[in-house]
Amino acid sequence: MPQISFIQAINQAIAEEMERDPLTFLMGEDVVLGAFGATKGLIDKFGAKRVRNTPISEAGFVGAAVGAAMAGTRPICEVEFASFFYCAFDQICNQAAKLRYMSGGQATMPITFRAVYGAMGGAAAQHSETVYAQFLSVPGLKLVVPSDASDMKGLLKSAIRDNNPVIVFEHGALGWSRGDVPDGEHLVPLGKAAVKRPGDNVTVVAIGAMVAKAMSVAEKLEKEKISVEVIDPRTLVPLDENAILASVEKTNRIVIADEGHLRGGAAADIAAIVADKGFDFLDAPIRRVTSLDVPIPFSPPLEKAAIADEARIEAAIRDVVGR
Amino acid sequence: MDISKDKLLEMYRTMQKIRYFESKARDLAMAAELPGFVHVSIGEEASATGVCAALRKTDRITSNHRGHGHLIAKGGRLDRMMAEIFGKRTGYCKGKGGSMHIVDYSLGILGANGIVGAGLPIATGSALGAVIAGKDDVTVAFFGDGASNEGTFHESLNLAAVWKLPVVFVCENNGFGEFTPMDTVTSVKDIAVRAKAYDIPGQIVDGNDVLEVFRYTSEAVARARAGEGPTLLECKTYRWEGHVVGEQAFLGGGSYREQSEVEKWKLKCPLIRFEKWCAESGKISSAELKKIIAETEKELADAVEFARSSELPAPSEVTDDVYA
Repeated sequence: MPQISFIQAINQAIAEEMERDPLTFLMGEDVVLGAFGATKGLIDKFGAKRVRNTPISEAGFVGAAVGAAMAGTRPICEVEFASFFYCAFDQICNQAAKLRYMSGGQATMPITFRAVYGAMGGAAAQHSETVYAQFLSVPGLKLVVPSDASDMKGLLKSAIRDNNPVIVFEHGALGWSRGDVPDGEHLVPLGKAAVKRPGDNVTVVAIGAMVAKAMSVAEKLEKEKISVEVIDPRTLVPLDENAILASVEKTNRIVIADEGHLRGGAAADIAAIVADKGFDFLDAPIRRVTSLDVPIPFSPPLEKAAIADEARIEAAIRDVVGR
Repeated sequence: MDISKDKLLEMYRTMQKIRYFESKARDLAMAAELPGFVHVSIGEEASATGVCAALRKTDRITSNHRGHGHLIAKGGRLDRMMAEIFGKRTGYCKGKGGSMHIVDYSLGILGANGIVGAGLPIATGSALGAVIAGKDDVTVAFFGDGASNEGTFHESLNLAAVWKLPVVFVCENNGFGEFTPMDTVTSVKDIAVRAKAYDIPGQIVDGNDVLEVFRYTSEAVARARAGEGPTLLECKTYRWEGHVVGEQAFLGGGSYREQSEVEKWKLKCPLIRFEKWCAESGKISSAELKKIIAETEKELADAVEFARSSELPAPSEVTDDVYA
């Protein structure tokens, strides 16, 4: 199987889906040149009609993606950095998410929004935030957080084919990570978690870039006979609750690792679900490992202090297993 | 431009349907028969009618919170609209949208919208969708003077101009954003001049003259369909009724305009003007107009009966239609 990067996986997924459907098109900030290389070269394959640089006016072009979807096309809409979604909150939360419901099911909204999120070294709070939690309370959206190149391709292809607004959050630090990615048709369904590593003593639900960190901690603790099961939910909406609960039923302990914030975050949401539906399985308190509730700072030692890391995941695991 | 007699009769019927529907919606809301907020467009019938008369069925519109007139003009059925504002399951949106959110996709009505300025980028995108799909359908965005101060207005005009999209931006300037006079919060006297900033045509239109609205819109639609890009039309008109039915409760005893101003505009009633034109031009007899009024009265009475006798949605329907 060919090894390609996370960014090449994005490029492959978009190219294949645009090849497959002439009504699928790409619009966003610097998609012609391809910021970070994700959309590089697509203009040569598909032309200026279907690969469109937008002005830097998120409310305008995100809203236009909504209208284009209502007109029967399938836009892939990129805003570069996920914090820029704040400039288009109305278009995503009031329009894209709600218009199907508000129209009594008349509207379909096949839009894929893409953006880079997360701390990637000195980008400061307006280019480093993990913003998916802000959308968790907005029914009508689907939220996808791939953790490696193979899932990136398979999930993005599924997102593009989905008839709902889907936001795909691509961690900036994963961009050049490489992995085995199947050529051609490779679809990962939305709403199906992956057991990245089986284990018996504790479940770690890790989201996005936290998956690789959880895996490295699990490997280290294996030497001490602490057996860690790592679950990657892959999509936060829909969420594969059954996979998480089945794992907790087996291990009786859970740590949730997320780069988002503690209050009101994705980890808080998953913790609440486990407390509601899996309380009887638990032999220890649910632990959340998240970034601190501060805006993500610029200076490297401060950024490191703010972001969830291996050491904190390890400490949380040791805490719940009592070793 | 020579306008056919059928078209003239259709325009008059549309204006009457809007006037009757809106008057009834106001009365029903005041009688507390309707849930939620109701915004009516009495006095503004000519802009909705003249614009939509220049469109074909596959063309699309986006509308705003004061949208009943636009929807009726684009062909919306009075019975299903009335059922929707009653919150009934037979309504256009199965009772999930209400007065500010009526949609009929089959008629190219992408929806009224409760967020001021939200319809402009959606219309711009709808026009983009037509280009991507290789169709020559045109989209109209209806919005008010208030929306022209939203960022989405400026972003949409720029985007549509840059991409030469087949969209017509129709500002219905009725003088007020909610309860605030337009001239106290807007840097220009005429919204149409804002087109200059985006290098597109901008045109001031007498919004109470349905024939003038029809003519200017036809020109703008022809330009859009020919791939020559967007136009901004500003229809000068006036809101006879308040911002929202029952607004006295919001105003706390205060007022924001003189009754004499309202009376002055009532003299410019778009329906009476059209009736006078018919009489003077001899194009349509008063008997023909009266027949339309009688038919509209009946259609409205049937719509209210349909809405009243329709079922409310079952609580179990609350989770339907969140996802496709």
